[in-house]
Amino acid sequence: MNKRTIVTRKSAPYFFITPVCVVFAVFMVYPILRSLYLSFFELVSGSYEFVGFQNYIKLFRDEVFYKSLFNTVIFLVVQVPIMIGGALLLAVAIEQKFIRGRSFFRTTIFLPSVTALVAYALVFKVLLNSDHGLINYVIELFGGEAVDWFYKEWPARFAIIISITWRWLGYNMIILLAGIQAIPSDVLEAADIDGATFWNKLCHVIIPMVKPVIIFCTITSTIGTLQLFDEPYILTEGGPVNATITLGMYLYNNGFRYLKFGYAPAIGYVMTVIIALLSIVQFKLTKEEDA
Amino acid sequence: MKILKNIVVYGILGIAAFLSLFPFYFMFVSGTNTNIQILSVPPKFTIGTELMNNLAILTQKVDLLTSIWNTLFVSTVYTVLALLLFSAAGYALAKFRFKGKNLIFTCIMGSMMIPSLVMYVPLFEMMIKINMTDSHWAVILPLLANAFGIFLMRQNMLNFPTALLEAGRIDGVGEISMFFRIVLPNIKPALGALVIYMFTSMWNNFMWPLIILGSEEKYTLPIALAMLDGNPTNKNYAVILLATAIATLPILIIFLVFQKQFVAGVMGGAVKE
Repeated sequence: MNKRTIVTRKSAPYFFITPVCVVFAVFMVYPILRSLYLSFFELVSGSYEFVGFQNYIKLFRDEVFYKSLFNTVIFLVVQVPIMIGGALLLAVAIEQKFIRGRSFFRTTIFLPSVTALVAYALVFKVLLNSDHGLINYVIELFGGEAVDWFYKEWPARFAIIISITWRWLGYNMIILLAGIQAIPSDVLEAADIDGATFWNKLCHVIIPMVKPVIIFCTITSTIGTLQLFDEPYILTEGGPVNATITLGMYLYNNGFRYLKFGYAPAIGYVMTVIIALLSIVQFKLTKEEDA
Repeated sequence: MKILKNIVVYGILGIAAFLSLFPFYFMFVSGTNTNIQILSVPPKFTIGTELMNNLAILTQKVDLLTSIWNTLFVSTVYTVLALLLFSAAGYALAKFRFKGKNLIFTCIMGSMMIPSLVMYVPLFEMMIKINMTDSHWAVILPLLANAFGIFLMRQNMLNFPTALLEAGRIDGVGEISMFFRIVLPNIKPALGALVIYMFTSMWNNFMWPLIILGSEEKYTLPIALAMLDGNPTNKNYAVILLATAIATLPILIIFLVFQKQFVAGVMGGAVKE
């Protein structure tokens, strides 16, 4: 029998979709369910012991967990608005009619987002070096005081915020740029004819019209920040005294340093719930806009 | 007034461009200086003469060539598999009606909301069970469950002219050969975006390879870099930054050649001329 007669128009979609379904079943659905199951167990000397809700109860009393949650929230509420605001500013600037060399600016500002997280984190580790780093040198040049970036609580957090912003600003700018370009030109021209100033146009035309894109950027950045791992791992190793430990790092440490194969999934599930709640809130904001 | 506005806008963009480029410049230049020059105040940031020296130290410390080969292998295999799987799935989801389609699509999209960290313990456990830890396949296979890639393909397949498929069917082209001979050749720009997206995401991937790879000869570049940095004995930033530059260079070249596909990948695959 010929292959053509087996894969008919009716069976073709199943033929095309099955491989992906198998991959998702094995490497996505199973781990998600298994993770939930494991969160009610703990690995004790090589075998699983049922502990009920103990992992979750322990988690809600765990100071390091709260610390990592707090740090993650700080990164979220400080870094995401700075980054999205900056990205929007640059996108609007690039779209100004008189700008020449538009593609040069677009390319250079996007460039950081192609580098490996580990690679750029290492570069920033050198740049932010307290005694010998270039950034402190520049700060001192302008009469400021050198900052002890990695050994003090808040400077360490800002070291990470600075780094992430460098890496992701251009990425978000590109997405916002697409949103701005999608605004029909007659809308902007009409605003010009009405004598709208730059700020008027920005606040009453551009921002409202790209609001869905802004929300999209916010959601993806939120999900990304909640899973933050590479940068604190390289830059600060979560220190000083857990000042920069993130949920992602805490999960990694528990799972793969202390081999707590029940506690780590429990952290993961709490993370999932947080992401789901934040996403629902952000989706609601979009919906209201549509209504 | 207008001139002032121009200066301000150009100023903002100029500063942003400078700040974006400078760390790259610093990274490449530092590989040619000594550790002492980098850590002097102010640091030296002109091209030096130590490149060969640093390279010699670097090759003593890590087997960078093996790491490059590993990363290339893992990224290429991953990209090829993803290309086949995701374009087929995207085609099915965009151009066919079948039972369970909505359920499958909803599940795939919903999985984007689940942090991949949740899956790492069970995946690690799974790899131990089937004796596959410390292997490159253990790095590749689980990451094929990538919803964004499938979404990217589906979005692009939606615009594929159905009339072309109907014409093929009338001409008696089989469903399989239709996919390979008519569909795939006609969505090359979207495939380009997917290739770039998949390749770079694997090239840069850190956490999962860090968990699953145990021996030095299996390390991918990000792991090798982290290990180089994590080694506390005589930390040499010139050497570390040289390794970082070597790891970054291929991606930079790919980016500069395939800019359009990069951007299309970021924007969910809206590939337009």
